[in-house]
Amino acid sequence: MTITLDSIGENQKVKVVSVSGGWGIRQRLGCLGIHPGDIITVKRSAIMRGPILISVHGNQVALGRGVARRVVVEAE
Amino acid sequence: MKIALMGQPNSGKSTIFNHVAGYKAVTSNFPGKTVEFTLTKFNIFGQVIELVDLPGTYSLTSFDLAELEARKYLLNGDVDVVINVVDASLLSRSLELTLQLLELKLPMVICLNMIDEAERKGIRIDTEKLSKVFGVPVVPAVARKGKGMRGLFSTAYKVGEKKKSGKTLNFSKDVEDVITQLSIQIKKKQICQKFNVPERFLALKYLENDSYFIENYKKKSNDLFKEIVHFQNILKETHGRQSDVVISSERHHLSMNIYESVVTLTKPHASFIDYLDNILMHPFLGYISLGLIIYLFFNLIFGIGKIVEEPLLDYFYRLIPLIGKSINPNTLSFSIMSGIIQGLAGGIAIVLPYLFPFLFGLAILEDLGYLPRIAFLLDAFLHKIGLHGKAIIPFILGYGCTVPAIMATRILESERDRFIASVLATMIPCAARMTIIFALVAFYISPQAALAIYILNIIVIIISGKILSRLLPEVTPGMILEIPAYHIPSIKVALAKTWLRMKEFIFVAWPLLIVGSTVLSLLQYYKTDMLINNFFSPLTSLLGLPLVVGTTLIFGVLRKELSMLMLIQAIGTSNVAAVMSKTQIMTFTIFVIFYVPCVATIAVLWKEIGSKRTLFAVAFTFVLAVILATITRFVY
Repeated sequence: MTITLDSIGENQKVKVVSVSGGWGIRQRLGCLGIHPGDIITVKRSAIMRGPILISVHGNQVALGRGVARRVVVEAE
Repeated sequence: MKIALMGQPNSGKSTIFNHVAGYKAVTSNFPGKTVEFTLTKFNIFGQVIELVDLPGTYSLTSFDLAELEARKYLLNGDVDVVINVVDASLLSRSLELTLQLLELKLPMVICLNMIDEAERKGIRIDTEKLSKVFGVPVVPAVARKGKGMRGLFSTAYKVGEKKKSGKTLNFSKDVEDVITQLSIQIKKKQICQKFNVPERFLALKYLENDSYFIENYKKKSNDLFKEIVHFQNILKETHGRQSDVVISSERHHLSMNIYESVVTLTKPHASFIDYLDNILMHPFLGYISLGLIIYLFFNLIFGIGKIVEEPLLDYFYRLIPLIGKSINPNTLSFSIMSGIIQGLAGGIAIVLPYLFPFLFGLAILEDLGYLPRIAFLLDAFLHKIGLHGKAIIPFILGYGCTVPAIMATRILESERDRFIASVLATMIPCAARMTIIFALVAFYISPQAALAIYILNIIVIIISGKILSRLLPEVTPGMILEIPAYHIPSIKVALAKTWLRMKEFIFVAWPLLIVGSTVLSLLQYYKTDMLINNFFSPLTSLLGLPLVVGTTLIFGVLRKELSMLMLIQAIGTSNVAAVMSKTQIMTFTIFVIFYVPCVATIAVLWKEIGSKRTLFAVAFTFVLAVILATITRFVY
């Protein structure tokens, strides 16, 4: 079973397995330091199915739910 | 010599640029805001240097409009030196862009900016070693404090003289083999001249499936295109991922390795701003703080504005009767004189008292880095009108001026989102309209009534957003937004930015205001204003407004604040309440807020979303204004 980033609770650490989106989304996430193999910590989850805030390589990034759903992860 | 500043968003390019240009560019703590290039000239070693501030760029492989513009500029070929500005506290990620820039084989200097912030985070960088790895000079700096700037530019100048470019670093062997083979094919076809880039750079872009380079060559050379697909497939098969992921992962690993070899980590020093997000981004406290900040923000503007407006207005309106004593009030020269004075007064007494505190407050919030946090908090709400969190940035800027707001819609990924956000941004009361709300409604009716207008405005925008997103049903691509670390706002930087934005008012709008006010005086003197007023009489009578208001509405299309100043002049007194009822004041204000965007806005809309959609926006806002103002007339 695959887990996606949007279903991860706050303060959990995960490892990126793959990004299932198209070219654009892969490039943009790559630029922000999110590639297969990278470690991500979910820091916050906004209310009303809003975005999640993650920490990756010492930097914070907000991802909309739709985007987070495309990031396949595994527990670290 | 031409020097270009290139770096990732928020790395401090504009701060460096400002340092040289003497506050001619705007900086803010928000990713991706420089959408137009800013250029300045300065002297070093007796030579004239042109310095260009390029839009913040994460990568040279992109679909982002602003990033593509930056890349195009670099490829144009007349840049002599690139200063790669790097946020030292985010070194490993930033090096990915550095690696791509080196592949362009341009003379380059690396500026390790915010070196103090990096040390606070416990990151100590061996600059000499870094310089050896890349074969280019590395200059540490703290641009906010002006540290290292002189050294940076003299180094850049020397590099430009020698025309010395850095090293290109190699990826893993198997990937490198594919790159070399594709480079040979590219060389055979002789297509590099067309793009003005080295073969290796082009090979990488093809392997990364960069649409610009592929589309531009696909039609002409089908066999090269087959080769590209062939090599992409090799990478895909050997690595089990798409070729673009293989290349970006390679670059990522290389950057990480370099980072680890040049950095020693020590214990970070915590600061209170690291804990600020526990409140400001909290799922409950975050929204309370947001409401509180906005409430305080507008209260402060109104408070400061009111203190200044009253005595200044009094002073100016005592001047006119004084002149009347020395010059006959029925002569042409008196008309012109009073027109000029009223134009001057409008600028000094009515607009500036509200404009300055607003722009300054906005600059502080931008510099602090609060704006992306608002995008995070409001993303879910913006999805309800078919947009996503980033769209809040043009909206917030819209409270300052609609023109930069529409330019900022470029940070949105899809064309549809940009269109919807642009139309909605025109409805947001900009600072000019804010002065109308404050100086008419808050001043003559009550501050609560002014607040009600803002709330009504937001409701109308939400409904319009829902209508527009129904008309254009398409799923918004979703938000990917960096949330930068907070910076303690610098008063100097905030003042500089406020000044830059005020300049536009002082040198463009104000003269227009004085001319407009004089023209209105002349129209009144020759009694031609009645023709215009009669032309508008169906509209003014529908809204139940005095006939003289007609002329002012034309001026309002030139600049929104003109409509109010002209109103004061047209009705012949600064005490609006003596001539217009509260209902009329309210109706007038509502109409002016929504009807037809000003000329500058129409021009920028035309450029950004095209003629048809601009005409749609004009018609849409006009109809909306008539409906809302008519309702106000009968309901309020």
